[in-house]
Amino acid sequence: MFEFLLRMGDNTLVLGHRVSEWCGHAPVLEEDIALANIALDMIGQTRLWLGLAGEVEGQGREADALAFRRDAWDFRNLLLVERPNRDFGHTLMRQFLFDLWHHERLADLCLSEDDRVAGIVAKCVKEADYHLERSKDLIIRLGDGSEESHAKMQAALEALWPYVGEMFADDALDKKMAEQGIAPLPSSQKPRFDKALNEVLAKATLTRPESDFAQKGGRTGTHTEDLGHMLATMQFLQRAYPDARW
Amino acid sequence: MVTEAQIWAWLSEVPDPEIPVLSLVELGVIRGVEVGEEVLVKVTPTYSGCPATTVINLDIEAKLRSKGVENLRLETQIAPPWTTDWIAPEAHEKLRAYGIAPPRTGQPSCPRCGAANTTLISPFGSTPCKSHYKCADCLEPFDAFKCI
Repeated sequence: MFEFLLRMGDNTLVLGHRVSEWCGHAPVLEEDIALANIALDMIGQTRLWLGLAGEVEGQGREADALAFRRDAWDFRNLLLVERPNRDFGHTLMRQFLFDLWHHERLADLCLSEDDRVAGIVAKCVKEADYHLERSKDLIIRLGDGSEESHAKMQAALEALWPYVGEMFADDALDKKMAEQGIAPLPSSQKPRFDKALNEVLAKATLTRPESDFAQKGGRTGTHTEDLGHMLATMQFLQRAYPDARW
Repeated sequence: MVTEAQIWAWLSEVPDPEIPVLSLVELGVIRGVEVGEEVLVKVTPTYSGCPATTVINLDIEAKLRSKGVENLRLETQIAPPWTTDWIAPEAHEKLRAYGIAPPRTGQPSCPRCGAANTTLISPFGSTPCKSHYKCADCLEPFDAFKCI
């Protein structure tokens, strides 16, 4: 259960931090505000997931301790969310692929037999729904936009595609969670994800890559070096001045 | 001994830190008050990451302590999740007068000139709970409450 909660909370923590890196740098003011708000939602969701994880673990670690005092190998997020921001189109494509998966995942988790999980999800799903609407809209506008925006979105899709398969790869923990009625198997989402993805890509005039090769490991703690760099920035203050408050 | 009704009355004097024309009670974030050995106030966040949540808790505590409530406990209640349906109907007019279009499904009307001819500028406004619109008649930009 603890590991499952880390998987949920680390996704929103890492992506929330990545998106927050745009604050003050986005191409237009409205997008800057939108990205900061999305980051805020995701960090808020993280607090709920990691807060429950700390409770379940029962060793007195609160959400902050889990966020700021674990090393990269203890993180359980998908590799997709730790990919660097690169350009604006790349950031939006990463967000869209995540939102599409996340929204479906949360919709499934609404039926969790664990009331605490269902309670958190009922809160998060409304926010995720809104994020997905925005991502879809932007992917379609930029994909089916100018020649340059189209080329950038297609390049982003191809660069991020190897990180999509990990979302649906079941492992022993997933099977256990499914047996206990806590969370359905990630693979069960795949057909719905594919259908929704194909619809959006068609409208965006983007071509879905053919290869099914998937980079995996994030959900069991094997990460890309980018996560370490991100944590170095994110965790610096709590590492240098443990328990600092203001 | 204070009564539940008295606590509710005091809480309805506490303004929301972001939208001070609304009280916390009108915003719908106070989910329950229990008076026993201690006073228990159940509070729900509007959005999970809303930075006003901490300030709201501080404001509740400051208000009730100033009224002599000593044994006080705040509890965060996340389920059922907050919805704009919990914003009191009489608060909608206050929002409009303050320049924020109240929550409604579909296109919001301009809170300044009342025109229905408005366009979305950005799904996110100045706070997580609002989106940003522009009126095509009076050309003023405005915030509209997202309907959730």
